[in-house]
Amino acid sequence: MKDFRYLDDVTTLAYDAERCVGCGMCEMVCPHGVFQANGKKVAMVDRDGCMECGACALNCPTLAITVNPGVGCALAIIHGWLKGKKAATCGETSCC
Amino acid sequence: MVDKLGSAMVRAGIGRGVYRVAPGLYCAGKPDGDSPVLVTANYKLTFDILRRQLTGITAWLLVLDTRGVNVWCAAGKKTFSTEEVIRRVRDARLDQLIRHRQLILPQLGATGVSARVVKQAVGFEVIWGPVRSHDIPDFLDRDMKSDPGMRRVTFSFTERLVLIPVEIRLLFKTFLWSIPIAFLLSGIGPHIFSFRAAWFRGQWALMGFLAGVVAGTILVPALLPWLPGRAFALKGGIAAGIAGILVGIVGIPELGMVAVISLMLLALSVGSYYGMNFTGSTPFTSPTGVEKEMRVAVPVQAVTLALAIILWVATPFLG
Repeated sequence: MKDFRYLDDVTTLAYDAERCVGCGMCEMVCPHGVFQANGKKVAMVDRDGCMECGACALNCPTLAITVNPGVGCALAIIHGWLKGKKAATCGETSCC
Repeated sequence: MVDKLGSAMVRAGIGRGVYRVAPGLYCAGKPDGDSPVLVTANYKLTFDILRRQLTGITAWLLVLDTRGVNVWCAAGKKTFSTEEVIRRVRDARLDQLIRHRQLILPQLGATGVSARVVKQAVGFEVIWGPVRSHDIPDFLDRDMKSDPGMRRVTFSFTERLVLIPVEIRLLFKTFLWSIPIAFLLSGIGPHIFSFRAAWFRGQWALMGFLAGVVAGTILVPALLPWLPGRAFALKGGIAAGIAGILVGIVGIPELGMVAVISLMLLALSVGSYYGMNFTGSTPFTSPTGVEKEMRVAVPVQAVTLALAIILWVATPFLG
């Protein structure tokens, strides 16, 4: 997102241009305009705008995109630290 | 009117977990086999917002069972999922009801739904609709062509403010616990325990805690783009620093320097923590980034809090 920037160079987003067939799905589903059509393929124009939602990777027909999505809530992360990755929720009052 | 009250209540966190509609097929207007099919979640707030945009529009609404959770969160938790779309399409026998073979899904559902797999399983093509239901009438008018603005998520001042009541509601239990703890820790002194000190100092301890809470849960959301730093723990700390200084200025005549420093450290650690926690409510922070931020912030917050408590308890002994 242009107006809101978070930490740089942390996203697990990876894009393999070799596999790209230029279908444009990633550009369509990304809520932050990370990808943009660039001739026969797409280009990653704002990698640091990625929030790891996973929409692009899930909808890429050639698996050219991978990303590690997860729960971003601090309490959930703390639970994950204390009890292991599987326990990463915020508890009974969880929002999700 | 009833819907408006319900919306206000869930925005305040009341009844949020059970505010749902039954999944299945609904109508807007009198749709037929040629009408578009709009897919959505069974969180009533989502459903109501969508319905409100459809005055004058004829369409089918296919409501998925997302356990009463909104589209984007449900997509992330894989309840607004490829499997659930397939299941509802089959249950509603859309292939017999609908002449065309298109499903319009909200763009934010893409986090949980693979358009390709849906097509393979039920023969319906997934069209990604706009992020906001507000844009659906234009989207349908333009024959399902979108402009880039329809495909971007924003985080305006108002959008940030509406998140505050739930944040406050979620920390209510912690706040209740902080009251007896504040009074207990404040009463410890050279005469073992003093109820007078517990009462008078306890109120100040709570003020310090509240300064941190206000900083992290109200100032951080409201002032988000203007608070310095990218890390939310830092933004929370800065907001808390300001709030803490205000409490300190008022308190210094009665409490003295050491106690005031303790209150400021308390506000800093609490404000930084709750500010950091707001990352989970934003549409732009990445989980990897949040974890990176936390690996530094949480130990600092813990140490700062511990120091605050030690100084607070020690103050009566320092004469």
